[in-house]
Amino acid sequence: MTTSVLAIDDSATIRALVSHTLENAGFEVTTAVDGQDGVNVFQTRRFDAVITDINMPNMDGFGVISSIRQSDVNQRVPILVLTTESGQGLKDRARAAGATGWIVKPFEDTALVNVLRRVTVGA
Amino acid sequence: MSMESLKETFFAECEDLLDALGEGLSAMSDGTADPETVNAIFRAVHSIKGSGGAFGLEDLVGFAHIYENVLDQIRSDTLSVTPAVMKTILRASDVLAALVEEAHAETGQRPDAMDPVLAELKALSSEPVEADDAPASDDFTFEAIPFEAIELEDIPSDGLHSIAFKPKRALYENSHDPVILFMALSELGTLEAECMSSDLPALSDMDPTESYLSWSVTLKGDASAEEVGAVFEFVDGLCDLEIEAVADPVSVEPLEVAVADTRPSEAAHVDDERPANKQRQAPSPLKRPTLRVDPDRVDRLINTVGELIINQAVISQKVVANGIAQNSDLMADLDDYGFLARDIQEGVMAIRAQPVKPLFQRMARIAREAGDATGKEVNFVMEGEMTEIDKSLVERLTDPMTHLVRNAIDHGLETANDRQTAGKSPQGQLRLSAEHRSGHVMITVSDDGRGLNRKKILEKAIERGLVAEDAKLSDAEIDNLLFAPGFSTADKVTNLSGRGVGMDVVLTEIQSMGGRISIRSEPGRGSEFSISLPLTLAVLDGMVVSVDEQTLVLPLSCIIETIRPNPGDIRPLGRNGHVLSIRGAYIPVVNLGSILGLQSGDMIAEKSVLVHIQSGGANPLAIAVDDISDQRQVVMKSLEANYGAIPGVSAATILGDGKVALIVDPDAISKMAVETEDNIRAFELEAEHD
Repeated sequence: MTTSVLAIDDSATIRALVSHTLENAGFEVTTAVDGQDGVNVFQTRRFDAVITDINMPNMDGFGVISSIRQSDVNQRVPILVLTTESGQGLKDRARAAGATGWIVKPFEDTALVNVLRRVTVGA
Repeated sequence: MSMESLKETFFAECEDLLDALGEGLSAMSDGTADPETVNAIFRAVHSIKGSGGAFGLEDLVGFAHIYENVLDQIRSDTLSVTPAVMKTILRASDVLAALVEEAHAETGQRPDAMDPVLAELKALSSEPVEADDAPASDDFTFEAIPFEAIELEDIPSDGLHSIAFKPKRALYENSHDPVILFMALSELGTLEAECMSSDLPALSDMDPTESYLSWSVTLKGDASAEEVGAVFEFVDGLCDLEIEAVADPVSVEPLEVAVADTRPSEAAHVDDERPANKQRQAPSPLKRPTLRVDPDRVDRLINTVGELIINQAVISQKVVANGIAQNSDLMADLDDYGFLARDIQEGVMAIRAQPVKPLFQRMARIAREAGDATGKEVNFVMEGEMTEIDKSLVERLTDPMTHLVRNAIDHGLETANDRQTAGKSPQGQLRLSAEHRSGHVMITVSDDGRGLNRKKILEKAIERGLVAEDAKLSDAEIDNLLFAPGFSTADKVTNLSGRGVGMDVVLTEIQSMGGRISIRSEPGRGSEFSISLPLTLAVLDGMVVSVDEQTLVLPLSCIIETIRPNPGDIRPLGRNGHVLSIRGAYIPVVNLGSILGLQSGDMIAEKSVLVHIQSGGANPLAIAVDDISDQRQVVMKSLEANYGAIPGVSAATILGDGKVALIVDPDAISKMAVETEDNIRAFELEAEHD
């Protein structure tokens, strides 16, 4: 079965890049345009992994992570943070909120795919 | 999706983000910085930086990074927005826009203002900056991701790490899996893992979400401690972990010790409440969802709706022709059909409509630059910026508006000193306004400067041979000389408003959009340039004329007046040429029929009506036609797509009676007429030689 990924980013460019990269690697990608949209879409179906930006309007990435981790469905989904930030403080916050991993923009295509393959083993 | 189209997505997004940035900054410019605005500004710059990195735009990303730092300080209230700070972040937005533009054009150039603004930003930024003036992009590097695969050659056998690993419940809650970590480790060397299940309770006591297992792992290979640590970077704090580099690969003893050491520590098992992190932002007012549509589809829709309206007119005429009474039910229904069709047309046009705000904001930028360059204080005011016009018009207005704004600041506004001497406030005002007015959009650029110097304009026009020395011109006629081709040349070219284009180019551009431009000026009080545009390019205000039994449409925007000449007003010139004497001046007369090849001979004398036109940069011209039958809006249909280009014709339309009428391109007609004029002169020269 195809691995399905939810990519949440307010930047159309990043959404296009992530979709492009992951679809080429055989993933199925659904995108959401901000945190609130992401959380809403997340409820609609089962995703094998979530990639989220941090800095977004209408609920930031931390909000997305907490809300998925507290949701009734699929709360253990791997959540990768994809952001330009690389400060330790923010990483700690993301981890504390429940993030699985951290990818820094701009990302290498292969790195993103490898990380996703890894966290979705068995999905 | 190709890289190119990804890039286009990026630049389209940048445009939106720059607009949002401009909008936020102008909301902030009165000194109040409400958090949501500052956040939006920050996010815009942040997004440009984030996406720009993907395309290797180092200058852009580097600049955005420093800019973002400063905005972040404002956001966190560690930097207050003084007028100086405001100026810097405004200028930075200009530089950012320029960087995006240059990245898009791939000029490989840096905007001139980049380095000074960068220096200003760095001075504000609390982030440590290197002493030397290294390129901005060197100021930060991107961090490699922790999971990055590492290419392995043959595994050297001399290194050994022993790792004791006991996950906490939170590790699983964050969707980590020890197996995945071991897979990452196995890329660093040969891995042996032993699972310890002694903590497992009886099945009945087991909490399925609790963590009971621990592992003892040995990793052979010469991976560095950092590499091994990196694998566990993201589970730091989510497990008990001890990593030890063991010198002697044979000895297993220390491993067991290490494992033994760790185990008591985990006895103090934390009921791992994740530090509750409810950073959920208060939802800001929801942005209404938008839809991005390929413009071609909308164009197709607009075309079809245009045809629908024509179709309705055709049916109405036929119905009347068949003797059905105007007040019959059928006619009432047909009228309803017409109203509905027009409603649809308006609705479709609205899809393409866009507020002029982004355009105005771009002009604010231009005004700031121009103010800086001339050392004049400019108070930029916009009105009616939410007025919507066709998107394609917004784009095409950029150049003419830029020219008008620069002109107003360069030539219109006085210096602060001069203004004070004249009893005005030292700060000059530049006002942009937009409003809908009876099916048109009026856009005005006005300043409260010195006004047009009509004496000088007239002198110059005489000097350039544009008007006769003894010409008596009204104020409006003098003002309009600004648009005459050949008026703005050499001595007007300052480095600011010059740039080699004159007002005639502005006029040409506005007319090519089916618009008109007019000037109002009062000495000492200022000038106002008003542009009147149709709401869309698909519909044209036209004058329906007949020429040699053909029906043609002339765009209203180029028509100055219509004339019914008296005998003797038209005089022959050369072998085939004619001129019209009008208020003491002579303008060439051309026969529209012969220029378009509708008839062979020139029978200007028989034409009853002349239409005085001026198109763009060309000289005025009188077009001879048989009759004027109507003035109406017509839906433009491209000929090129269906038939092929015809010289002198810009498009076609279908009239109410179902007949096709060609729409005349006045610009092309002027050019074609000049060619004939040249011919005439050539004939005359030949005659002289004879």
